[in-house]
Amino acid sequence: MENGKMKPAAKVTSIGYTIRTNMRQYAMLIALIVIMIFFQIATDGVLLVPMNVTNLILQNSYVLILAIGMTLCILTGGNIDLSVGSVAAFTAAIVGTLVINKKMDVTLALTIGLLIGAVIGSWQGFWIAYVRIPPFIATLAGMLIFRGLTNTILKGLTLSPFPRSFQKISSGYIPDIFPNLTNLNMTPIVIAAVSSLLLLYVQIRNRKRKFENSREIMPRSLFVAQLIIVILAINLFALALAAHKGLPIILVILGVLIFVYHFFTTKTVPGRYIYALGGNEKAAILSGIDTKKVLFFVYLNMSVLSAIAGIAFAARTNSAFPLMGNGFEMDAIAACFIGGASSTGGIGTVIGAIIGALVMGVLNNGMSIMGIGSDWQMTIKGFVLLMAVAFDVYSKTKSK
Amino acid sequence: MQTILEMKNITKNFGGVKALNNVNFKVTAGEIHALVGENGAGKSTLMNILSGVLPYGTYSGDIFYKGKHCVFRSIRDSEKNGIVIIHQELALVPYLSIGENIFLGNERAKRGVIDWEKTYSEATKILRMVGLHDNPHMLIKDLGVGKQQLVEIAKALAKDVQLLILDEPTAALNEEDADNLLRLLLELKKNGITSILISHKLHEVIKVADSITILRDGATIETLQVEHGGINEDRIIKGMVGRELVDRFPKRQPRIGDVYFEVKNWNVYDPLIEGRKVIKDVSLKVHKGEIVGISGLMGSGRTEFAMSIFGKAYGRNISGQVFKDGRELQLDTVQQAINNGLAYVTEDRKTAGLIGIEDIKHNISLSSLNKISKRGIIDDDLENAAATTYREKLNIKSSSIFQKVQNLSGGNQQKVVLAKWIFAAPDILILDEPTRGIDVGAKYEIYNIINQLAEEGKAIIFISSELPEILGICDRIYVMNEGRIVGELMKEEASQESIMKCIMQSNRGRY
Repeated sequence: MENGKMKPAAKVTSIGYTIRTNMRQYAMLIALIVIMIFFQIATDGVLLVPMNVTNLILQNSYVLILAIGMTLCILTGGNIDLSVGSVAAFTAAIVGTLVINKKMDVTLALTIGLLIGAVIGSWQGFWIAYVRIPPFIATLAGMLIFRGLTNTILKGLTLSPFPRSFQKISSGYIPDIFPNLTNLNMTPIVIAAVSSLLLLYVQIRNRKRKFENSREIMPRSLFVAQLIIVILAINLFALALAAHKGLPIILVILGVLIFVYHFFTTKTVPGRYIYALGGNEKAAILSGIDTKKVLFFVYLNMSVLSAIAGIAFAARTNSAFPLMGNGFEMDAIAACFIGGASSTGGIGTVIGAIIGALVMGVLNNGMSIMGIGSDWQMTIKGFVLLMAVAFDVYSKTKSK
Repeated sequence: MQTILEMKNITKNFGGVKALNNVNFKVTAGEIHALVGENGAGKSTLMNILSGVLPYGTYSGDIFYKGKHCVFRSIRDSEKNGIVIIHQELALVPYLSIGENIFLGNERAKRGVIDWEKTYSEATKILRMVGLHDNPHMLIKDLGVGKQQLVEIAKALAKDVQLLILDEPTAALNEEDADNLLRLLLELKKNGITSILISHKLHEVIKVADSITILRDGATIETLQVEHGGINEDRIIKGMVGRELVDRFPKRQPRIGDVYFEVKNWNVYDPLIEGRKVIKDVSLKVHKGEIVGISGLMGSGRTEFAMSIFGKAYGRNISGQVFKDGRELQLDTVQQAINNGLAYVTEDRKTAGLIGIEDIKHNISLSSLNKISKRGIIDDDLENAAATTYREKLNIKSSSIFQKVQNLSGGNQQKVVLAKWIFAAPDILILDEPTRGIDVGAKYEIYNIINQLAEEGKAIIFISSELPEILGICDRIYVMNEGRIVGELMKEEASQESIMKCIMQSNRGRY
């Protein structure tokens, strides 16, 4: 250190180093982009036509919501929640009964739906955190219990149709703020522009702060390139939405959830507790963390998100039916692992799980457009999951 | 005297780091040869090369065993030649029986079908040889660590071992079990088995070794012959650290204040075994600025006592009173204990003290998140600043505060644990074996940190199995045995003999 007792200067790392150390973060994002380019070509450009982009979001909204909650479960120690599909169906069945048969006010019914999610979550959280039933078993039981109850409530029949106001959750759009300006729906464009500026401001401020606090920063060229790519992606995406029907309501819900949970896991004290619990439970306990409370909360949260996913799915299919939500849990779990979560806990991010869910979603959608049967779709998804995790394991052993 | 093993010009690189640099190592047949050196000196690496864990081709240099040039590509190759290594972490399967473990990977079988009659009759024979008289059908998990170590040796004997390598075999053993094991090594020596012993416990090395090779920074420094005389701990340490360590324990002028922390009539029951009392009527007090030692054999209840005080992290049906500054404390959860100014540094940093997959920064802040957050939201700048401060203050050797703690050496990991608790700003620190498994240099640094804390007026409880250490840094010592306090000695009256006497007398009282 040449400047003696002064603060050490900020270190600008080399491009190669930055890419190497962030390899695992970038890998799945790059994979997602590659998969998108592949299907864009293979489907003669159908994948990214405005209508299909909107569809992609609508189709996968429930997996994205579940993947957020599942990330937290997996973080606590590789624990999964098998009951999410059943809980989603159960909630949808109750809300459906209230809205369709009992003609209840939609807002009130939705509130009740969320409360039911919370009650179920407390039930499962109690067994897992305080009685110490392994989560796999407790939620397997929940999977059976709530599937059974769904059947009981629906008497084996399908409930349909929901009122318009309910369907809007998954098929409505935010109104155009400047309706008569252009052919495009201006809402997504304005929001994208504002968030681009906000992102620019936050990123530059963070870089400056890191620089002042003598932290490692990436080279300017890479920083600029990264910003340009992200901002370009946001705006192109917004343009696609604008060219179709505008900003879907469910996307707003998703955006808020992703932002809140990303912030929660990376910046807050309880978020840190979840990572600590998964990293080393004993050490967490001896550091004064109430690990039971953390585990309880995580499963409570998972069921609330399952309820939201169930409502969103019911609104999209405009029905509640006995088999609804079958296999949701596997989609969500796969998304988390594709997104880099560790099966022993303590490692993983919400953003990673979202990318993982999008990988699965684009695969589904792209193969459907190509006319590949669902049998092969499933096989291919299985291989992708295996390869993604194998890559993760490989890069981990290599970095040692 | 015949040379059984010679390792010549062994050089081994890990990435860009030279772990071994032209090491020469020669072992005479039928001797016990100790290999000593600080952590990171290259002892384990050298033995891993010898046993084939690091296969031929990943290092340069030659191994001659019984006069023949050897190429070991795997552990199997070296075991075929009668070289068996017993690692520090025991390689036994807890839910298999003693007999099954002894012949694990080496089963007494015909065409893949195990001959249980032969397995257990031979197991019994081999167990006799190592002085174990337990039923070979017993499960490993029901044995103590000392006996498990003996089973490991039995396992080696089952492979017709001629050269036995033991990596820190007594690290987890109490004095009695350790003595037992060393006696067995001497016994094996009589039967013509050569041993290489890696150990940090120099008094044990002096007791049993015929020759001692010292490694430092990946190079051979010297080989000492014990029969030539003049070998003592200071002589060995001089070779290990490369300079005379005048004082293994830093000097300090204690400034002892009023009674600050007091425990009265503390009783704890075993959490698993109904009705078994682990801690019996323990009372003790600590003054401000005082370092109070708790000495005792392993299993004497020291850790259980400490953890039960620390927010009832151990035990059940806990009764008794805890006072701080004359005020009684309610300590039902770890959080309450921390809020009341207690800190407990665990004896087992890997499994209970640190989160290995997280970085230094996150580990240091873990029990003080309220200090670096506002309304539950963590302030990155504050967290980084705190981590940076403690990294410098405690001299934690690492690339940055973002390095994962699992990649640090034992001594530096321990400093991270200490940093975490110093950051929590406790008034009372309970340190449980804070220097276990770390080298002489790092130990000295940690003693300095502890002295500094006492200087600041904190009350310190220091638990250790190493008597010299307890004697070296404590102002007053409680002796614990079988869950009771059986003696209290001031620094001036304390010695290894007086402590052992307290323990022996209390044992005699029972019979």
